[in-house]
Amino acid sequence: MKYMLLIHQGTTPTPGTDAWENLSQEEQNEVYAAYQQLNQTPGFTPGVQMREPETATTVRVEGGETLTTDGPFVAVKEALGGYCFFEADDLDAAIELSARIPAARMGGAVEVRPIVECRRPWSTSFVRSGDAFWPA
Amino acid sequence: MPATLEHVFREEWGRVLASLIGFLGDFELAEEAAQEAFVAAAERWPRDGTPANPRAWLLTTARNRAIDRIRRDRTLAAKLRLLDVRMTTEDAVDETTIPDERLELVFTCCHPALALDAQVALTLRTLGGLRTDEIARAFLVPEATMAKRLVRAKRKIAAAGIPFRVPPAHLLPDRLAAVLAVVYLIFNEGYGGRGELAAEAVRLGRALAELMPDEPEVRGLLALMLINDARRDARFADGSVVLLHAQDRSLWDLDQIESGRGELDRALALGGRGPYVVQAALAALHADEHPDWAQIAALYRELARLTGSPVVELNRAVALAETGEVEAALALVERLDLRGYHYLHATRGELLRRLDRVPEARRGYERALELVHSDAERRLLEGRLGKLEV
Repeated sequence: MKYMLLIHQGTTPTPGTDAWENLSQEEQNEVYAAYQQLNQTPGFTPGVQMREPETATTVRVEGGETLTTDGPFVAVKEALGGYCFFEADDLDAAIELSARIPAARMGGAVEVRPIVECRRPWSTSFVRSGDAFWPA
Repeated sequence: MPATLEHVFREEWGRVLASLIGFLGDFELAEEAAQEAFVAAAERWPRDGTPANPRAWLLTTARNRAIDRIRRDRTLAAKLRLLDVRMTTEDAVDETTIPDERLELVFTCCHPALALDAQVALTLRTLGGLRTDEIARAFLVPEATMAKRLVRAKRKIAAAGIPFRVPPAHLLPDRLAAVLAVVYLIFNEGYGGRGELAAEAVRLGRALAELMPDEPEVRGLLALMLINDARRDARFADGSVVLLHAQDRSLWDLDQIESGRGELDRALALGGRGPYVVQAALAALHADEHPDWAQIAALYRELARLTGSPVVELNRAVALAETGEVEAALALVERLDLRGYHYLHATRGELLRRLDRVPEARRGYERALELVHSDAERRLLEGRLGKLEV
């Protein structure tokens, strides 16, 4: 099974903020160490680092007109803060790994989303089967 | 369907379904196949006679139906883990080699990644063998709602990769607690009056005790349910709740209480001191002819320590009052943060009555009446309030 882990920071202190500066050196080191350990876990693939949700722009199209709003689609506190991937035997393994992501214990949460698996994930050619299109 | 056939079906459904899920790795396909096999049995057995080994017959038939389906449907085959299983097994299943996979099944159904109401429904449907309409009726929801809940849960198990297994040792305590919580929730739904759910929970409890004979909490829960359920017929009279001391003991099922005490003894012998074992011990003490209220209060203190629950503290206050320490009981009740809980106000009312503080007692009962939902409990409270004014 492949999972995408969506990291919601919630009130988690993140580097560059006052809350982060208020953490002790030891607490900061623990967060870095946790990510380092995650990176070394077989099956784990880190995502790219995202800037803070306040920098987001949300785009929607209504009646052919492109509308933009400042900020993320959901409230800032609920916004996606990062993501990573994990290939594991089952959901239990993904839950255990998610519990090791610092945001899960520091005021945020991790959402575990199974990924649709197909043999050639990036293929754009499809065969028609019944009414549905399936990856070739 | 003849009653005996229905009985065999109820007994075998969980085991047959569990084996099929283990074999096919797919909940929905397994359930369809099991359903077809049971329909076939209902047609053939009355005509041709019940086979010597009903379980093996059901399992063989269901497996063959599932394999037929897979052969006809290649996309389905691609989805399943079955291509490495023996696709040609058309011969009868040897009963001695059928592993009992009900435990894997119950841990899957009670996985914490499923919503609690879905855990309850799935457990009743798969292990309990209740039909969707029966579960819907028991929980007072439309059948379509219940069907949707079951389908969504089964899809999530497949899509999210919830494992079909007994959890490894480091996860087992939490997961076992989740399983027991589901069974106890089913029991409590029944305890409030819908007896068939209580009986179903006891049946599930017995199955768990058979599957995990060395887990003291499993036996503790079974003991707790047996003893409390044995008093079911005495708990209600004329649509009103009857309190323990006023219950007609000739309505108690004494054999069942004895069998509950037996389970409790086994749990204690296994070293059980967990919350269900303590609750079972409390239930056993309550069923004594002259309950030892000091010991009951002490056990409630232990249970409060284990669970941190203010509701348990409220029960301890009641036990304390029975030992004669009414003032201490009232002081304990006043400290509890349970303002919206009608039992708190009813208990307060009763304690104040015993202390001859009648106007305050009346206010306690009145507040309890504002908060109560069950008609049977409302009648009890109204009766008490009425007596106060005499």
